[in-house]
Amino acid sequence: MTSGYPAGQPALAADRAGSGLLVTAAVRREGFALNVDFAVAAGEVLGVLGPNGAGKTTLLRVLAGLASVSAGTIELDGQLLDDAPSGEFVPADRRPVGLLFQNYRLFPHLSVRDNVAFAPRCQGMSRRDARLRADGWLARLGLAELAGRRPAQLSGGQAQRVALARALAAEPGLLLLDEPMSALDARTRLEIRAELRRHLSEFAGPTLIVTHDPLEAMVMADRLLVLEDGLIVQQGTPAEVARRPATHYVARLVGLNLYAGLRSGSGEIALDDGGRLTAAGYGEQAAGADAGDVTGRVLAAVRPSAISLHTTAPSHSSTRNIWPGTVIGLELLADRVRVQVAGSPPALVDITPDAVAELALSEGTPVWLAAKATEVDLYADPKYVA
Amino acid sequence: MSDRRSASNRLPHDRGAERAGLANNRGPALILVPAAIAIAFLVVPLIAVLVRAPWRGMGRLLSDTAVLTALRLSLECASGATIISLLLGVPLAWVLARTSFPGLGLLRALVTLPLILPPVVGGLALLLAFGRNGILGRYLDSWFGVTLPFTTAGVIVAETFVAMPFLIVTVEGAIRSADRGLEEAAATLGASRLVILGRITLPLIGPSLLAGSVLCWARALGEFGATIIFAGNNPSTTRTMPLAIYNALEMAPQAAIALSLVLLFVAVIVLLGLRDRWLRVGSAP
Repeated sequence: MTSGYPAGQPALAADRAGSGLLVTAAVRREGFALNVDFAVAAGEVLGVLGPNGAGKTTLLRVLAGLASVSAGTIELDGQLLDDAPSGEFVPADRRPVGLLFQNYRLFPHLSVRDNVAFAPRCQGMSRRDARLRADGWLARLGLAELAGRRPAQLSGGQAQRVALARALAAEPGLLLLDEPMSALDARTRLEIRAELRRHLSEFAGPTLIVTHDPLEAMVMADRLLVLEDGLIVQQGTPAEVARRPATHYVARLVGLNLYAGLRSGSGEIALDDGGRLTAAGYGEQAAGADAGDVTGRVLAAVRPSAISLHTTAPSHSSTRNIWPGTVIGLELLADRVRVQVAGSPPALVDITPDAVAELALSEGTPVWLAAKATEVDLYADPKYVA
Repeated sequence: MSDRRSASNRLPHDRGAERAGLANNRGPALILVPAAIAIAFLVVPLIAVLVRAPWRGMGRLLSDTAVLTALRLSLECASGATIISLLLGVPLAWVLARTSFPGLGLLRALVTLPLILPPVVGGLALLLAFGRNGILGRYLDSWFGVTLPFTTAGVIVAETFVAMPFLIVTVEGAIRSADRGLEEAAATLGASRLVILGRITLPLIGPSLLAGSVLCWARALGEFGATIIFAGNNPSTTRTMPLAIYNALEMAPQAAIALSLVLLFVAVIVLLGLRDRWLRVGSAP
C-alpha cells in the first residue's frame, strides 16, 4: 500500500468486510463513463477532487442509491448495496447513506426541527420521539435556538448545518457531502470549515466529501481521490497529492509547475511539450526517494517559488536548468506576484512585488528562468505504472 | 415626459422601442375597438342579470323549498364530485407526471378529453356505460343492485366525469414542476415513494391542489348537460341549481334570475379566491 503511486488502491475485500466502503463500479451513460475502484475505511474522510463533469456527482448519486451502477459492486460494512452481476440493488430510501446536497435541499414547508426529525419519522419513530432525537442533533450542532424556524429564515451557514443535522439524524453508515461549502460566501466558508471538519471527525462511518476546492479538500480530508473524465487519476494523502500531482489538473490546483517527459539514460528529461530539464537523481532526492524506472516516463514538479527569474542570461551559475521565455501574465497573490512565462517549457514563477518593479516586468518582457536540479521533484508518471 | 425619458434611458433598446411607438401604453384603434367590443360582450350579460334581478323578492324566492333543495343538492353533489376527483385524480395526476410508459401521451389525451367534450355527449356516454343497460351498468345492476342513472349518485358521477379533468390537469402541472431535488433528498432520508408523495410533494403543491379543487368544484356546481342526460331532472333527487334555473325559466323567470344570481355570486367568490393564480399578469396556471 505504501509503495509508489498506484493509480488505484486495490483493496482486499476480506480485510475490509464489516468496516467501510468498497466500490468497484462502472457507470455508463450517453457520452459519459465513470470507472472507479476504491475503498474508504470507517472513520476516514475521503476528499473527491475533480473538474466539472469528471463524474463526482454521478459517483455520489450511485453511492446514495439515486442511480445504479452499470457494472461492478458497492459494498458498505459487508452489506451489498448495489451488485450488477446479481442485480441486487438497495434503493435510496433503504440505504444507510446520508447525503448532504450542494444546495442543502431543506424542505421549505417544514420547520428546522421537523426537517431534522424527517429521517427518524421515516424509520418509524413516533412524532414525539423523532422530535426529541432532532432536538438532540440540533443541540449537538449548536442549532437549538433555530428549531422553530423555516429554512427560508436561515443564513447559508445555518442551512448547511441544519442539512448536516438532518443527514446525521438518520444515523447513516456512510456520509456523502456534495460541495458542502460552495453555496456559502467566502467568509462563512472559513468559519464553517473547521467546524464541519470537527463534526466529520466525530462521525464513525466512512465519509466522502466532493469538492473542487483543493484547500477545502486538504483541510477536510484524510485522503484524496482525484477524478478526471470518470477515472481515478490519483489517490493519496493531501500532502502526497500536493507535493507530487499526477496530472496537470491537480498541479494547477495545488499551484505547481508540472512537466511530463521521458527520462533517458543521460539523466536529462525530454519534456513532451518541448524543452529539457535536469533533475537531481532519484537517489539524491531526499523527499520521497523512489525506486521507479529511472529511464521511463516521469513527471517533474517544480514549485513556482523555486524558479528564479532574470532579465539577463545568468552566467557563472551552477544552476543546471536555464532557459529563456517571455512574460505573458502577472497576477498579484497576497504578498507575491505570480509571473506566467511562455517558453520551452512554460512556467509559473513566484517573485516579490519589488522584484517585479526592479526588473521592470510587464507582458512581453523577455526573461531567463533558472531552476536548480535539486528543486525539480522527479517521480514516475503513475499513468505508465502498471 | 422627462420622468419617462430618464426611466427608459437605463435600457438603450427601450428607448428605441419608445421611438417606434411600442413602449406606448395605448394601442391603435384597430386593436382597441374590437377589444372594447369584446369587453362589452363579456360584461354586459352579467350586468343584465344584476339589473333585472328581483332584488325585492330575493329573500322569498330563495327561501322556497324547491330552491333550497336544489341549492343543497348542488352543494352536496359538487362537493362529492370534488372529493372523488381528489381521491382518484391526484393519483392519476402523479402517474401522468411521474411515470413513463408507451401510450402515456394517448392516456393523457383521453383523460383530458372531457375538458372539451360537449357535456351532453358526456352524459350520453355515461348512460351507455353505466346506464341500466350500459356495458358496465348492467353488471352493477344485476350483481350489486346498484343503479346510477337518475339518482343523486348519478349526479355526482356526471359532475365528476366533467370536472375531474380540471383537477388532473392543474395537479399534474404542479407535480411536474415540483422540485425533484427535494424528493430525492427525502428518499436519501429513508422516505418511501408514498411517504414522499404525502409529506413532500403534496404539501409543496398545496396551493395548486387547492386551486384545482376549487376549479373542479366550481365546474361541478355549474354542470348541466351531462347531469340532465345521465341523472335526469327529478325535483327531489337530481335537480341541481342549473337544472332548476332551466326549469324555472318557463314558469317562474324571476326565480330563474335569482338562482342565476346565486351561481354568479359563487363564481365571483371563486375568482377572487384564485386571483393570485389567474389575475396576475403573465403568471403560469
